[in-house]
Amino acid sequence: MTAALELSGLRKSFGKTEIIRGVDLAIGQNERHAIIGPNGAGKSTLFNLITGRFPQTSGHIRLHGQDLAGKAPYEINRMGLSRSFQITNIFPKMTVFENVRCSLLWSMGYKYNFWSMVSKSRALTDGADQILEQINLTARRDLPAGVLSYAEQRALEIGITIAGGADVIMLDEPTAGMSHSETDYIVDLIRKVTENKTLIMVEHDMGVVFGLADQISVLVYGEIIATGRPEDVRANSKVQEAYLGEALEAEH
Amino acid sequence: MSEQDQITTDPTKPAQRMRAGSMTISATPWIIAAVLLIAMPYLFPSRSALTIMNQMSITIVFALAYNMLLGQGGMLSFGHAVYMGVGGFVAVHVMNLISDTGAPFPMPFLPIVGGLFGMGLAMIVGSFSTRSAGTVFAMISLGVGELIAACSVIIVVFFGGEEGVSGYRDEGLPFFGFDFAQQIEVYYLIAAWLMISALLMYLYSRTPIGRMANAVRDNPERAEFLGYSARWVRYYSFAASGFFAGIAGGLFAINYEILTEENLNTASSGVILLVTFLGGVGFFFGPIIGAIAFTLLQTVLSLHTELWAFYAGVLFVATVMFFPGGLAGLIMMHVPVFQIGKAKQLVLPYFKTLIPGAVAVLGVSALVEMTFHYRHAATGDNEMTVFWTTFDSHAILPWVIALVVTFGALYLTRLNAPSLREAWAEANTPDGGAA
Repeated sequence: MTAALELSGLRKSFGKTEIIRGVDLAIGQNERHAIIGPNGAGKSTLFNLITGRFPQTSGHIRLHGQDLAGKAPYEINRMGLSRSFQITNIFPKMTVFENVRCSLLWSMGYKYNFWSMVSKSRALTDGADQILEQINLTARRDLPAGVLSYAEQRALEIGITIAGGADVIMLDEPTAGMSHSETDYIVDLIRKVTENKTLIMVEHDMGVVFGLADQISVLVYGEIIATGRPEDVRANSKVQEAYLGEALEAEH
Repeated sequence: MSEQDQITTDPTKPAQRMRAGSMTISATPWIIAAVLLIAMPYLFPSRSALTIMNQMSITIVFALAYNMLLGQGGMLSFGHAVYMGVGGFVAVHVMNLISDTGAPFPMPFLPIVGGLFGMGLAMIVGSFSTRSAGTVFAMISLGVGELIAACSVIIVVFFGGEEGVSGYRDEGLPFFGFDFAQQIEVYYLIAAWLMISALLMYLYSRTPIGRMANAVRDNPERAEFLGYSARWVRYYSFAASGFFAGIAGGLFAINYEILTEENLNTASSGVILLVTFLGGVGFFFGPIIGAIAFTLLQTVLSLHTELWAFYAGVLFVATVMFFPGGLAGLIMMHVPVFQIGKAKQLVLPYFKTLIPGAVAVLGVSALVEMTFHYRHAATGDNEMTVFWTTFDSHAILPWVIALVVTFGALYLTRLNAPSLREAWAEANTPDGGAA
C-alpha cells in the first residue's frame, strides 16, 4: 500500500541557511501523525513545503504516490490535502456559515461557476450545516466569523479544513494559545472529524500529542531524529536529550 | 494596507451582520427601481432632466461594474475607464458600419457589442494584471490606462485622434418602430439596459464565483487552500467587470453619439473611483447612490458655480476620512437603530446638529465663492451673486456677515455634536441588559 504522504530527501534552504536538512518520512493511510520539536526546528517550514506554500530546494513530496513538485496550493488541495494554519486563517467578514460553504464549493464541483445561485443549492446549504453541527457552531451560524471567540475561530478553521472532504488533513498547532478546557474541546473535535482520515499535525502541547497521535516524529534542526509510536519516542534517549525531557518537564 | 481596511466593512456592526446573514433575493427593491425608472420622465419631462438621467444611468452601470472589482474583488483600479471607452469606441464604429452599409443590426443590441469588446480587452489585460491584488494590480491598471489613453492620438483610425469618433444612432433598422432619434426613446433604452445589467451584476455576486471573489478579497491565501486559484477568481471578476463597463460604453455611444480621448483618460478613471467610493463599496447599491449623487453634483452644481469640482473633491476627502462606508454605509448605519425602535430619539439631536452644520457648510462655500470672485473676476466687475443675494464682493459688510454666520454655525454645531453622539450611542443600545 502506498503511503498517504511520503517525503524523501527533502531539503529547503533560505539563502545559505538550510532549514530542512534531508527529511525522509512515510505517513500511512488513516494514521494520526504528530510532528514535534523545539522552536525553530523547521516544523512550520515542513508544513509549508508539503502544502506548496513555497518550493523545496531538493527532494520529493508524494501524496498518494503522486509527486507534488511544482504544484500550487490550490492544485494540491484538489488532490485531497487540506491544511489549517498556526495563526487563525479564516474569512473574518463572512458569516460562519459562508466560511464553511466557501470551503465546500470546489469539492462539490462548482468550480468557477457563474450561472447558478449558491443559496438555491440544497446540497451546499445542508452540507455546510452538517459541518457546523460537527464543529458545534450551529448557534453561531449567521455571525461574522471575526466576532467569534478564539477557540470558536480555531474550531471553524478546522471545520473549513475538513469541509472539502480531503483525506489528508494537516493541522498546524491546533491548540496554540488555548486554555485547558478549550484544548480538551478541540482535541475531541479533532478526533471526531479526522476519523478514517490521515492526520498530520504540529503541536507543542505534549498532552495533546500523546493523547491523539498513533505515530510521532521528532524534528530537530531540520532533521528527523526519531519516528515511532508514542511510548517508543518517549523512551528514546536521543529524543530525551534533544527535546522531550525539557518539554515534558515544562508540562509539569 | 490602509485602503483595504476602508474598503471592507466592519463585521461587528449589526447592520453589516444582518446583511451578511441574509442571502435571500428580494424582488421588492427591483420592482420599485423599475417603476421609478418608468415614471421618471413623467415627473421630470424637460430635455435637460432627460440628459441628466441618461448620464446618471450610464454612470450607474459603470460604477456597478467598477465595484465588482473594488468592493467585491478587492482590486483597486486606476484605469478602468479604458474598458468602458474601448467598448464605446467599438460601438460607435459599429454604429457607423450600420449607417454606411445598412446592415440589419438593431441598435438596442449595440451595448452587447461594447460589452464583448470591453470584456475582450479585460481578458487580455487581466491575464497579467490579476496575478496579485493590491499595489501591483493598481500600478498595472494605471500603466495600461495611460498606455491606451496615449494610443488615442497614435491610432487615429480607431480612436479618431483629438476630435474622436462620432456616428448617428438613428440610421439603423427601426426596432419595433423606434429609431431612437427621440431622446425619450434613448432614455428607455438606457433604462432597460440599466435594469438588465444591474440585475445580472447582482446575481453574479450570488454565484459560486461571486462568493469566492469575496473570499479572495478577504483572504486570498485561505482561498487557495480551499482549491481555488486566487488569480483565476480575480480574472473572472475582472473579465465580468470589463463586460459591464463595455456595456456602459455602448450606452454612452448611443446617448452621445461621440467618443473622444476623454472617455479613456485617467481623469475618467479617477471619477469612477470617486463615484463608487462616495456611494460606498461595501454594499451592492452603494455605487448606485454614488452615481446619482455625483451626477447631480456635476450637472446641477456646475450650473451654479465654476468650483463644482472643488466641492466634489472636498466631499470625496470627507467621505474617505469620516465615512469610509460611503453614503450607503451612512444609510445602513441606521438600520439597527430602527430595529431597536429608537429612531425617534435621534430626530431632535439631528436637527440641532445638522442644521447649524449645513449652515456652516453653506457659509464656508459662500466664503470660498467670494474669495474666488474677489481674486478672479475681471477688474471693475465687483458685483456677485451667492444664494440669490447680489452684493459687492469688494465691500466689507458682506464679508463680515458671511464670517459671522459661518463661525456662528460652526460654534453651534460643535456645541451640539456631543449630545448627538450621546443620543446615537443611546439609540444603538437595546433596552434591558447589555447588547
